[in-house]
Amino acid sequence: MADTLSTRRWGLPAPLRDLAREPRTYARLAWTWTRAVAQYPMALSLFTLGVTLASLAEMGAVVVVFAHAGTLAGFTVYEGLLVYALAAFSFGAAQLLTGSVDRLGEHIRTGSFDTMLVRPVSPLVQLAADQFSPRRFGRIVPALVVLVVALVMCDIDWTLERILMLPVLLASGVVICTSVWLIAGCLQFFATDAREAANSVTYGGQALTEYPIAIYGRGLVRSVTYVVPLAFVSWQPALHLLDRPDPTGLPGFLRFLGPVVAVALALVAAQVWRFGLRRYRSTGS
Amino acid sequence: MKMLTGILTPTSGSVRVVGRDPSRQRTRLARDIGVVFGQRTTLWWDLPLRDSLSLTRHLYRVPADVHAERLAELTELLELEPFLDTPVRQLSLGQRMRGDLTAALLHAPPLLVLDEPTIGLDVVSKSTIREFLLRINRERGTTILITTHDLGDVERLCDRVIVIDKGRLAFDGGLPELRATVPTPRVLVVDLAAPAPAIEVEGAVTVRVDGPRQWLELADNPARVISRVTAGHEVADLTLREPDIEGVVSALYRGAAPNESRV
Repeated sequence: MADTLSTRRWGLPAPLRDLAREPRTYARLAWTWTRAVAQYPMALSLFTLGVTLASLAEMGAVVVVFAHAGTLAGFTVYEGLLVYALAAFSFGAAQLLTGSVDRLGEHIRTGSFDTMLVRPVSPLVQLAADQFSPRRFGRIVPALVVLVVALVMCDIDWTLERILMLPVLLASGVVICTSVWLIAGCLQFFATDAREAANSVTYGGQALTEYPIAIYGRGLVRSVTYVVPLAFVSWQPALHLLDRPDPTGLPGFLRFLGPVVAVALALVAAQVWRFGLRRYRSTGS
Repeated sequence: MKMLTGILTPTSGSVRVVGRDPSRQRTRLARDIGVVFGQRTTLWWDLPLRDSLSLTRHLYRVPADVHAERLAELTELLELEPFLDTPVRQLSLGQRMRGDLTAALLHAPPLLVLDEPTIGLDVVSKSTIREFLLRINRERGTTILITTHDLGDVERLCDRVIVIDKGRLAFDGGLPELRATVPTPRVLVVDLAAPAPAIEVEGAVTVRVDGPRQWLELADNPARVISRVTAGHEVADLTLREPDIEGVVSALYRGAAPNESRV
Protein backbone atom coordinates (compact mmCIF):
# COMPACT_ATOMS: atom_id res chain seq x y z
CA MET A 1 0.00 0.00 0.00
CA ALA A 2 2.82 2.32 0.87
CA ASP A 3 4.07 1.77 -2.64
CA THR A 4 0.94 3.00 -4.39
CA LEU A 5 0.74 5.92 -2.00
CA SER A 6 4.16 7.23 -2.82
CA THR A 7 3.78 6.63 -6.55
CA ARG A 8 0.65 8.72 -6.48
CA ARG A 9 2.40 11.42 -4.57
CA TRP A 10 4.96 11.61 -7.32
CA GLY A 11 2.28 12.05 -9.91
CA LEU A 12 0.69 15.01 -8.14
CA PRO A 13 0.59 18.21 -10.12
CA ALA A 14 0.27 20.79 -7.36
CA PRO A 15 2.68 21.30 -4.49
CA LEU A 16 -0.23 22.68 -2.54
CA ARG A 17 -1.97 19.37 -2.77
CA ASP A 18 1.27 17.84 -1.71
CA LEU A 19 1.03 20.04 1.34
CA ALA A 20 -2.54 18.96 1.91
CA ARG A 21 -1.51 15.32 1.74
CA GLU A 22 1.23 15.64 4.25
CA PRO A 23 -0.25 18.04 6.76
CA ARG A 24 0.71 15.82 9.65
CA THR A 25 4.31 15.73 8.57
CA TYR A 26 4.19 19.46 8.10
CA ALA A 27 2.67 19.99 11.53
CA ARG A 28 5.24 17.69 13.08
CA LEU A 29 8.14 19.52 11.44
CA ALA A 30 6.67 22.92 12.29
CA TRP A 31 6.28 21.85 15.91
CA THR A 32 9.87 20.61 16.00
CA TRP A 33 11.10 23.95 14.67
CA THR A 34 8.91 25.77 17.13
CA ARG A 35 10.52 23.87 19.97
CA ALA A 36 13.94 24.59 18.47
CA VAL A 37 13.35 28.36 18.39
CA ALA A 38 11.76 28.18 21.84
CA GLN A 39 15.21 27.19 23.12
CA TYR A 40 15.89 30.90 22.94
CA PRO A 41 12.74 32.32 24.56
CA MET A 42 14.06 35.87 24.87
CA ALA A 43 14.96 36.10 21.20
CA LEU A 44 11.64 34.57 20.22
CA SER A 45 9.57 37.02 22.26
CA LEU A 46 11.56 40.01 21.05
CA PHE A 47 11.26 38.89 17.43
CA THR A 48 7.52 38.34 17.81
CA LEU A 49 7.15 41.75 19.41
CA GLY A 50 9.21 43.30 16.63
CA VAL A 51 7.13 41.72 13.88
CA THR A 52 3.92 42.77 15.60
CA LEU A 53 5.13 46.36 16.02
CA ALA A 54 6.21 46.46 12.38
CA SER A 55 2.74 45.40 11.22
CA LEU A 56 1.12 47.93 13.53
CA ALA A 57 3.38 50.63 12.10
CA GLU A 58 2.38 49.71 8.55
CA MET A 59 -1.23 49.87 9.58
CA GLY A 60 -0.64 53.21 11.26
CA ALA A 61 0.83 54.48 8.00
CA VAL A 62 -2.34 53.50 6.14
CA VAL A 63 -4.46 55.36 8.70
CA VAL A 64 -2.23 58.45 8.55
CA VAL A 65 -2.25 58.55 4.74
CA PHE A 66 -6.02 58.28 4.58
CA ALA A 67 -6.53 60.76 7.41
CA HIS A 68 -4.59 63.35 5.45
CA ALA A 69 -6.01 62.61 2.05
CA GLY A 70 -9.59 61.96 3.19
CA THR A 71 -10.18 59.48 0.41
CA LEU A 72 -7.75 57.74 -1.95
CA ALA A 73 -9.07 56.51 -5.29
CA GLY A 74 -12.51 56.94 -3.76
CA PHE A 75 -11.67 54.76 -0.76
CA THR A 76 -12.36 55.93 2.79
CA VAL A 77 -10.05 55.06 5.65
CA TYR A 78 -11.91 51.86 6.62
CA GLU A 79 -12.10 50.79 3.02
CA GLY A 80 -8.40 51.43 2.76
CA LEU A 81 -7.83 49.35 5.87
CA LEU A 82 -9.89 46.57 4.28
CA VAL A 83 -7.52 46.52 1.30
CA TYR A 84 -4.57 46.59 3.65
CA ALA A 85 -5.90 43.79 5.84
CA LEU A 86 -6.71 41.54 2.88
CA ALA A 87 -3.16 41.96 1.60
CA ALA A 88 -1.52 41.61 5.00
CA PHE A 89 -3.55 38.52 5.87
CA SER A 90 -2.75 36.75 2.59
CA PHE A 91 0.94 37.52 2.72
CA GLY A 92 1.08 36.78 6.44
CA ALA A 93 -0.55 33.40 5.98
CA ALA A 94 1.66 32.56 3.01
CA GLN A 95 4.71 33.51 5.00
CA LEU A 96 3.55 31.59 8.04
CA LEU A 97 3.06 28.43 6.00
CA THR A 98 5.89 28.58 3.49
CA GLY A 99 8.02 31.50 4.59
CA SER A 100 11.29 29.64 4.32
CA VAL A 101 10.96 28.84 0.65
CA ASP A 102 12.92 31.99 -0.10
CA ARG A 103 15.88 30.50 1.76
CA LEU A 104 16.24 27.77 -0.83
CA GLY A 105 19.49 29.24 -2.12
CA GLU A 106 20.99 29.08 1.34
CA HIS A 107 19.98 25.42 1.67
CA ILE A 108 21.49 24.65 -1.71
CA ARG A 109 24.75 26.38 -0.83
CA THR A 110 25.16 24.69 2.53
CA GLY A 111 24.05 21.29 1.23
CA SER A 112 21.14 21.00 3.65
CA PHE A 113 18.81 20.73 0.67
CA ASP A 114 20.51 17.42 -0.11
CA THR A 115 19.63 16.11 3.32
CA MET A 116 15.99 17.01 2.66
CA LEU A 117 16.09 15.05 -0.58
CA VAL A 118 17.22 11.82 1.04
CA ARG A 119 14.27 11.73 3.42
CA PRO A 120 11.07 9.96 2.43
CA VAL A 121 9.07 13.18 2.75
CA SER A 122 8.39 15.75 0.06
CA PRO A 123 11.27 18.25 0.09
CA LEU A 124 8.70 20.98 -0.45
CA VAL A 125 7.00 20.13 2.84
CA GLN A 126 10.36 20.12 4.58
CA LEU A 127 11.41 23.37 2.98
CA ALA A 128 8.10 25.07 3.76
CA ALA A 129 8.24 23.98 7.39
CA ASP A 130 11.91 24.82 7.72
CA GLN A 131 12.65 27.39 10.42
CA PHE A 132 8.94 27.63 11.20
CA SER A 133 8.60 30.19 13.92
CA PRO A 134 5.61 31.36 15.96
CA ARG A 135 6.88 34.89 15.54
CA ARG A 136 5.20 34.88 12.13
CA PHE A 137 1.88 35.03 13.97
CA GLY A 138 2.93 38.56 14.86
CA ARG A 139 2.03 39.54 11.31
CA ILE A 140 -1.12 37.56 10.71
CA VAL A 141 -2.92 38.15 14.02
CA PRO A 142 -2.98 41.99 13.79
CA ALA A 143 -4.01 41.65 10.13
CA LEU A 144 -6.95 39.46 11.10
CA VAL A 145 -8.05 41.91 13.79
CA VAL A 146 -7.96 44.82 11.36
CA LEU A 147 -9.76 42.73 8.74
CA VAL A 148 -12.64 42.06 11.14
CA VAL A 149 -12.81 45.74 12.17
CA ALA A 150 -12.76 46.90 8.54
CA LEU A 151 -15.43 44.39 7.50
CA VAL A 152 -17.67 45.63 10.31
CA MET A 153 -17.06 49.35 9.72
CA CYS A 154 -17.31 49.35 5.93
CA ASP A 155 -20.66 49.70 4.30
CA ILE A 156 -20.90 46.19 2.88
CA ASP A 157 -24.09 44.75 1.52
CA TRP A 158 -23.87 41.28 3.11
CA THR A 159 -25.71 39.16 0.60
CA LEU A 160 -25.44 35.38 0.94
CA GLU A 161 -23.14 35.33 -2.07
CA ARG A 162 -20.74 37.79 -0.42
CA ILE A 163 -20.74 35.87 2.85
CA LEU A 164 -19.85 32.68 1.00
CA MET A 165 -17.36 34.44 -1.22
CA LEU A 166 -15.34 35.95 1.64
CA PRO A 167 -13.52 32.76 2.68
CA VAL A 168 -13.02 31.83 -0.98
CA LEU A 169 -11.43 35.21 -1.69
CA LEU A 170 -9.21 34.93 1.37
CA ALA A 171 -8.12 31.42 0.46
CA SER A 172 -7.41 32.50 -3.11
CA GLY A 173 -5.33 35.37 -1.81
CA VAL A 174 -3.29 33.00 0.35
CA VAL A 175 -2.80 30.57 -2.53
CA ILE A 176 -1.74 33.37 -4.89
CA CYS A 177 0.77 34.74 -2.37
CA THR A 178 2.11 31.28 -1.59
CA SER A 179 2.54 30.52 -5.30
CA VAL A 180 4.29 33.82 -6.00
CA TRP A 181 6.48 33.11 -2.99
CA LEU A 182 7.30 29.63 -4.27
CA ILE A 183 8.00 30.72 -7.84
CA ALA A 184 10.26 33.49 -6.57
CA GLY A 185 12.01 30.98 -4.31
CA CYS A 186 12.51 28.54 -7.20
CA LEU A 187 14.57 31.16 -9.04
CA GLN A 188 17.27 30.16 -6.57
CA PHE A 189 17.51 26.76 -8.21
CA PHE A 190 19.07 28.58 -11.13
CA ALA A 191 20.81 31.46 -9.36
CA THR A 192 21.43 30.71 -5.72
CA ASP A 193 21.90 34.38 -4.94
CA ALA A 194 18.56 35.41 -6.40
CA ARG A 195 16.96 35.91 -3.00
CA GLU A 196 17.05 39.71 -3.10
CA ALA A 197 15.71 39.82 -6.63
CA ALA A 198 12.93 37.47 -5.60
CA ASN A 199 12.16 39.55 -2.53
CA SER A 200 11.52 42.60 -4.69
CA VAL A 201 8.55 40.70 -6.10
CA THR A 202 7.39 39.16 -2.83
CA TYR A 203 7.87 41.94 -0.32
CA GLY A 204 7.56 44.61 -3.00
CA GLY A 205 4.33 43.03 -4.13
CA GLN A 206 3.09 42.99 -0.59
CA ALA A 207 3.75 46.70 -0.10
CA LEU A 208 2.03 47.39 -3.40
CA THR A 209 -1.16 45.50 -2.61
CA GLU A 210 -1.59 47.12 0.79
CA TYR A 211 -3.04 50.21 -0.88
CA PRO A 212 -5.89 50.51 -3.40
CA ILE A 213 -3.88 49.95 -6.56
CA ALA A 214 -5.89 52.54 -8.46
CA ILE A 215 -3.50 55.09 -6.94
CA TYR A 216 -0.69 53.68 -9.10
CA GLY A 217 -0.19 54.16 -12.83
CA ARG A 218 -2.13 52.24 -15.45
CA GLY A 219 0.87 50.17 -16.51
CA LEU A 220 1.46 48.96 -12.98
CA VAL A 221 -2.21 48.15 -12.46
CA ARG A 222 -2.23 46.09 -15.62
CA SER A 223 0.97 44.25 -14.82
CA VAL A 224 -0.21 43.25 -11.33
CA THR A 225 -3.47 42.10 -12.87
CA TYR A 226 -2.20 40.18 -15.85
CA VAL A 227 1.47 39.40 -15.24
CA VAL A 228 2.06 38.86 -11.52
CA PRO A 229 -1.60 38.67 -10.52
CA LEU A 230 -1.30 40.33 -7.13
CA ALA A 231 -4.36 42.49 -7.82
CA PHE A 232 -6.42 39.42 -6.97
CA VAL A 233 -5.03 39.34 -3.45
CA SER A 234 -6.57 42.54 -2.11
CA TRP A 235 -7.74 44.94 -4.78
CA GLN A 236 -10.24 42.88 -6.77
CA PRO A 237 -11.68 41.20 -3.62
CA ALA A 238 -12.13 44.64 -2.00
CA LEU A 239 -13.91 45.92 -5.12
CA HIS A 240 -16.23 42.96 -4.94
CA LEU A 241 -16.98 43.21 -1.24
CA LEU A 242 -17.60 46.96 -1.51
CA ASP A 243 -19.55 46.54 -4.76
CA ARG A 244 -17.54 49.22 -6.56
CA PRO A 245 -16.92 49.61 -10.26
CA ASP A 246 -13.23 49.36 -11.11
CA PRO A 247 -11.92 52.96 -11.20
CA THR A 248 -9.09 51.89 -13.51
CA GLY A 249 -11.58 50.76 -16.11
CA LEU A 250 -10.66 47.08 -16.20
CA PRO A 251 -13.55 44.69 -16.84
CA GLY A 252 -15.86 44.03 -13.89
CA PHE A 253 -15.86 40.22 -14.19
CA LEU A 254 -12.19 40.17 -13.15
CA ARG A 255 -13.20 40.28 -9.51
CA PHE A 256 -14.76 36.84 -9.78
CA LEU A 257 -11.64 35.32 -11.27
CA GLY A 258 -9.63 35.24 -8.02
CA PRO A 259 -10.09 31.49 -7.41
CA VAL A 260 -9.34 30.65 -11.05
CA VAL A 261 -6.19 32.74 -10.96
CA ALA A 262 -5.19 31.09 -7.69
CA VAL A 263 -5.52 27.56 -9.07
CA ALA A 264 -3.73 28.46 -12.31
CA LEU A 265 -0.89 30.13 -10.47
CA ALA A 266 -0.56 27.18 -8.09
CA LEU A 267 -0.22 24.87 -11.09
CA VAL A 268 2.44 27.11 -12.58
CA ALA A 269 4.26 27.17 -9.25
CA ALA A 270 4.14 23.37 -9.10
CA GLN A 271 5.60 23.06 -12.56
CA VAL A 272 8.34 25.56 -11.78
CA TRP A 273 9.20 23.66 -8.61
CA ARG A 274 9.37 20.32 -10.38
CA PHE A 275 11.36 21.76 -13.22
CA GLY A 276 13.80 23.32 -10.76
CA LEU A 277 14.10 20.08 -8.81
CA ARG A 278 14.90 18.12 -11.94
CA ARG A 279 17.50 20.65 -12.99
CA TYR A 280 18.99 20.78 -9.51
CA ARG A 281 22.76 20.35 -9.63
CA SER A 282 23.64 20.35 -5.95
CA THR A 283 26.98 21.71 -4.77
CA GLY A 284 30.27 19.92 -4.21
CA SER A 285 30.58 16.22 -4.86
CA MET B 1 26.73 9.30 -4.75
CA LYS B 2 24.12 11.96 -5.35
CA MET B 3 22.76 10.09 -8.31
CA LEU B 4 22.54 6.90 -6.29
CA THR B 5 20.43 8.61 -3.67
CA GLY B 6 18.25 10.39 -6.23
CA ILE B 7 19.44 13.91 -5.47
CA LEU B 8 20.69 14.40 -9.00
CA THR B 9 19.09 13.26 -12.21
CA PRO B 10 21.70 11.68 -14.49
CA THR B 11 22.14 13.44 -17.80
CA SER B 12 22.75 10.10 -19.47
CA GLY B 13 22.90 6.45 -18.47
CA SER B 14 20.77 4.76 -15.84
CA VAL B 15 21.06 3.70 -12.22
CA ARG B 16 19.29 1.06 -10.15
CA VAL B 17 19.48 1.10 -6.36
CA VAL B 18 17.78 -1.68 -4.38
CA GLY B 19 15.74 -2.28 -7.50
CA ARG B 20 14.60 1.31 -7.95
CA ASP B 21 15.38 4.20 -10.23
CA PRO B 22 16.65 6.82 -7.76
CA SER B 23 15.68 9.98 -9.58
CA ARG B 24 12.17 8.79 -10.40
CA GLN B 25 11.40 7.04 -7.12
CA ARG B 26 13.49 9.14 -4.80
CA THR B 27 10.93 9.36 -2.00
CA ARG B 28 10.21 5.64 -2.07
CA LEU B 29 13.90 4.82 -2.24
CA ALA B 30 14.60 7.05 0.75
CA ARG B 31 12.65 4.59 2.87
CA ASP B 32 14.95 1.72 1.87
CA ILE B 33 18.28 3.41 2.32
CA GLY B 34 20.00 5.22 5.13
CA VAL B 35 22.21 8.12 4.11
CA VAL B 36 24.87 9.91 6.12
CA PHE B 37 26.81 12.84 4.75
CA GLY B 38 29.94 13.18 6.82
CA GLN B 39 30.12 16.93 6.40
CA ARG B 40 26.57 17.85 7.31
CA THR B 41 24.07 16.69 9.82
CA THR B 42 20.41 15.78 9.51
CA LEU B 43 19.90 16.38 13.22
CA TRP B 44 18.18 19.41 14.73
CA TRP B 45 20.90 21.70 15.94
CA ASP B 46 19.08 23.16 18.93
CA LEU B 47 17.21 20.11 20.13
CA PRO B 48 18.36 17.14 22.17
CA LEU B 49 19.55 14.20 20.07
CA ARG B 50 16.61 12.16 21.35
CA ASP B 51 14.10 14.60 19.76
CA SER B 52 15.72 14.43 16.34
CA LEU B 53 15.67 10.65 16.51
CA SER B 54 12.02 10.53 17.44
CA LEU B 55 11.19 12.91 14.59
CA THR B 56 13.00 10.49 12.29
CA ARG B 57 10.59 7.84 13.43
CA HIS B 58 7.67 9.90 12.12
CA LEU B 59 9.35 10.82 8.86
CA TYR B 60 10.06 7.17 8.12
CA ARG B 61 6.79 5.97 9.66
CA VAL B 62 8.34 3.43 11.99
CA PRO B 63 5.92 1.94 14.58
CA ALA B 64 6.64 3.21 18.10
CA ASP B 65 7.53 -0.14 19.66
CA VAL B 66 9.86 -1.13 16.80
CA HIS B 67 11.49 2.28 17.05
CA ALA B 68 12.02 1.97 20.79
CA GLU B 69 13.59 -1.45 20.36
CA ARG B 70 15.98 -0.32 17.61
CA LEU B 71 16.87 2.85 19.46
CA ALA B 72 17.75 0.84 22.56
CA GLU B 73 19.93 -1.46 20.49
CA LEU B 74 21.73 1.35 18.68
CA THR B 75 22.11 3.32 21.91
CA GLU B 76 23.96 0.38 23.36
CA LEU B 77 26.10 -0.32 20.28
CA LEU B 78 27.11 3.29 19.73
CA GLU B 79 27.16 4.28 23.40
CA LEU B 80 24.73 7.15 22.93
CA GLU B 81 23.32 7.07 26.44
CA PRO B 82 25.50 9.86 27.93
CA PHE B 83 24.45 12.45 25.35
CA LEU B 84 20.96 11.43 24.23
CA ASP B 85 19.50 14.45 26.02
CA THR B 86 22.19 16.92 25.01
CA PRO B 87 21.34 19.49 22.32
CA VAL B 88 23.06 18.51 19.10
CA ARG B 89 24.97 21.78 18.89
CA GLN B 90 26.88 20.79 22.03
CA LEU B 91 27.98 17.39 20.74
CA SER B 92 31.49 16.64 19.57
CA LEU B 93 31.93 15.70 15.93
CA GLY B 94 32.32 12.02 16.81
CA GLN B 95 29.19 12.04 18.96
CA ARG B 96 27.24 13.83 16.26
CA MET B 97 28.37 11.29 13.68
CA ARG B 98 27.15 8.48 15.91
CA GLY B 99 23.85 10.35 16.22
CA ASP B 100 23.60 10.71 12.45
CA LEU B 101 24.37 7.02 11.97
CA THR B 102 21.60 6.16 14.40
CA ALA B 103 19.17 8.43 12.56
CA ALA B 104 20.06 6.72 9.29
CA LEU B 105 19.57 3.23 10.72
CA LEU B 106 16.39 3.53 12.77
CA HIS B 107 14.25 2.46 9.83
CA ALA B 108 16.52 -0.59 9.35
CA PRO B 109 17.45 0.04 5.72
CA PRO B 110 19.03 -2.82 3.80
CA LEU B 111 21.49 -0.35 2.31
CA LEU B 112 23.49 2.24 4.20
CA VAL B 113 25.13 4.96 2.11
CA LEU B 114 27.96 6.81 3.81
CA ASP B 115 29.66 9.81 2.25
CA GLU B 116 32.96 10.44 4.04
CA PRO B 117 31.69 9.28 7.43
CA THR B 118 35.04 9.49 9.19
CA ILE B 119 36.12 12.87 7.87
CA GLY B 120 37.68 14.99 10.58
CA LEU B 121 37.20 12.39 13.31
CA ASP B 122 39.75 11.47 15.95
CA VAL B 123 41.31 8.01 15.98
CA VAL B 124 39.09 6.64 18.74
CA SER B 125 35.84 7.80 17.13
CA LYS B 126 36.97 6.46 13.79
CA SER B 127 37.64 3.03 15.19
CA THR B 128 34.35 2.99 17.15
CA ILE B 129 32.51 3.75 13.94
CA ARG B 130 34.43 1.20 11.91
CA GLU B 131 33.79 -1.50 14.51
CA PHE B 132 30.13 -0.60 14.52
CA LEU B 133 29.86 -0.73 10.73
CA LEU B 134 31.55 -4.11 10.59
CA ARG B 135 29.16 -5.36 13.19
CA ILE B 136 25.92 -4.26 11.54
CA ASN B 137 27.24 -5.58 8.26
CA ARG B 138 27.91 -8.96 9.83
CA GLU B 139 24.93 -9.24 12.14
CA ARG B 140 22.17 -7.51 10.24
CA GLY B 141 23.50 -8.05 6.75
CA THR B 142 23.22 -4.33 6.03
CA THR B 143 25.03 -3.51 2.81
CA ILE B 144 27.33 -0.57 3.31
CA LEU B 145 28.35 1.71 0.49
CA ILE B 146 31.03 4.10 1.62
CA THR B 147 32.97 6.84 -0.12
CA THR B 148 36.11 7.90 1.62
CA HIS B 149 39.48 9.46 1.20
CA ASP B 150 40.61 7.71 4.36
CA LEU B 151 42.23 4.54 3.08
CA GLY B 152 42.27 3.17 6.60
CA ASP B 153 38.48 2.91 6.22
CA VAL B 154 38.98 0.92 3.04
CA GLU B 155 41.51 -1.48 4.49
CA ARG B 156 39.46 -2.04 7.58
CA LEU B 157 35.99 -2.28 6.09
CA CYS B 158 35.76 -3.03 2.43
CA ASP B 159 35.29 -6.28 0.57
CA ARG B 160 34.89 -4.61 -2.76
CA VAL B 161 36.74 -1.49 -3.80
CA ILE B 162 35.90 0.80 -6.68
CA VAL B 163 38.42 3.45 -7.57
CA ILE B 164 37.12 6.33 -9.61
CA ASP B 165 39.55 8.73 -11.20
CA LYS B 166 38.21 11.89 -12.83
CA GLY B 167 34.80 10.32 -13.30
CA ARG B 168 36.16 7.15 -14.86
CA LEU B 169 36.20 3.75 -13.28
CA ALA B 170 39.83 2.94 -12.56
CA PHE B 171 39.36 -0.25 -10.58
CA ASP B 172 36.56 -2.53 -9.37
CA GLY B 173 37.36 -5.60 -7.30
CA GLY B 174 38.56 -6.92 -3.96
CA LEU B 175 41.40 -5.54 -1.89
CA PRO B 176 43.89 -8.34 -2.75
CA GLU B 177 43.14 -7.91 -6.46
CA LEU B 178 43.63 -4.19 -6.09
CA ARG B 179 47.04 -4.85 -4.58
CA ALA B 180 47.90 -7.24 -7.38
CA THR B 181 46.83 -4.84 -10.12
CA VAL B 182 49.52 -2.37 -9.45
CA PRO B 183 53.10 -3.57 -9.30
CA THR B 184 54.11 -1.97 -6.03
CA PRO B 185 56.97 -4.15 -4.84
CA ARG B 186 57.57 -5.01 -1.24
CA VAL B 187 60.38 -3.11 0.32
CA LEU B 188 63.08 -4.51 2.58
CA VAL B 189 64.44 -1.97 5.03
CA VAL B 190 67.92 -2.93 6.19
CA ASP B 191 69.68 -1.33 9.15
CA LEU B 192 73.38 -2.01 8.84
CA ALA B 193 75.79 -1.92 11.74
CA ALA B 194 77.61 0.96 10.06
CA PRO B 195 76.98 3.27 7.05
CA ALA B 196 77.99 1.58 3.83
CA PRO B 197 77.64 2.11 0.08
CA ALA B 198 74.43 0.86 -1.55
CA ILE B 199 74.02 -2.88 -1.18
CA GLU B 200 74.16 -4.79 -4.42
CA VAL B 201 72.50 -8.18 -4.32
CA GLU B 202 70.67 -10.29 -6.83
CA GLY B 203 66.87 -10.00 -6.81
CA ALA B 204 66.66 -6.52 -5.28
CA VAL B 205 67.41 -2.92 -6.14
CA THR B 206 68.56 -0.46 -3.55
CA VAL B 207 66.39 2.59 -3.98
CA ARG B 208 67.49 4.75 -1.09
CA VAL B 209 70.38 5.04 1.35
CA ASP B 210 70.24 7.11 4.53
CA GLY B 211 73.24 6.57 6.84
CA PRO B 212 73.21 2.96 7.96
CA ARG B 213 69.62 2.45 6.72
CA GLN B 214 68.91 1.22 3.18
CA TRP B 215 65.71 0.53 1.27
CA LEU B 216 65.66 -2.39 -1.17
CA GLU B 217 62.80 -3.01 -3.59
CA LEU B 218 62.31 -6.74 -3.89
CA ALA B 219 61.95 -8.50 -7.19
CA ASP B 220 62.69 -11.94 -5.81
CA ASN B 221 61.58 -14.08 -2.87
CA PRO B 222 62.32 -12.00 0.27
CA ALA B 223 63.88 -14.92 2.20
CA ARG B 224 66.47 -15.44 -0.49
CA VAL B 225 67.27 -11.73 -0.72
CA ILE B 226 67.57 -11.52 3.05
CA SER B 227 70.02 -14.42 3.18
CA ARG B 228 72.09 -12.83 0.43
CA VAL B 229 72.12 -9.49 2.26
CA THR B 230 73.06 -11.00 5.62
CA ALA B 231 75.76 -13.08 3.95
CA GLY B 232 77.58 -10.02 2.69
CA HIS B 233 76.84 -7.40 5.37
CA GLU B 234 76.63 -7.03 9.11
CA VAL B 235 72.90 -6.35 9.69
CA ALA B 236 71.49 -4.79 12.86
CA ASP B 237 67.82 -4.95 11.92
CA LEU B 238 65.50 -5.94 9.07
CA THR B 239 61.92 -4.90 8.26
CA LEU B 240 59.79 -6.09 5.42
CA ARG B 241 57.16 -3.56 4.29
CA GLU B 242 53.97 -4.58 2.53
CA PRO B 243 52.78 -2.01 0.04
CA ASP B 244 49.92 -0.13 1.73
CA ILE B 245 46.69 0.56 -0.01
CA GLU B 246 47.51 4.24 -0.16
CA GLY B 247 50.54 3.55 -2.32
CA VAL B 248 48.50 1.26 -4.54
CA VAL B 249 45.75 3.82 -5.07
CA SER B 250 48.11 6.67 -5.77
CA ALA B 251 49.96 4.45 -8.25
CA LEU B 252 46.60 3.74 -9.83
CA TYR B 253 45.84 7.46 -10.09
CA ARG B 254 49.21 8.13 -11.65
CA GLY B 255 48.23 5.66 -14.32
CA ALA B 256 50.90 3.10 -13.45
CA ALA B 257 48.42 0.28 -13.88
CA PRO B 258 47.93 -1.11 -17.36
CA ASN B 259 44.32 -1.88 -16.58
CA GLU B 260 42.56 0.06 -19.30
CA SER B 261 41.34 -3.26 -20.66
CA ARG B 262 39.42 -3.96 -17.45
CA VAL B 263 37.19 -0.94 -17.78
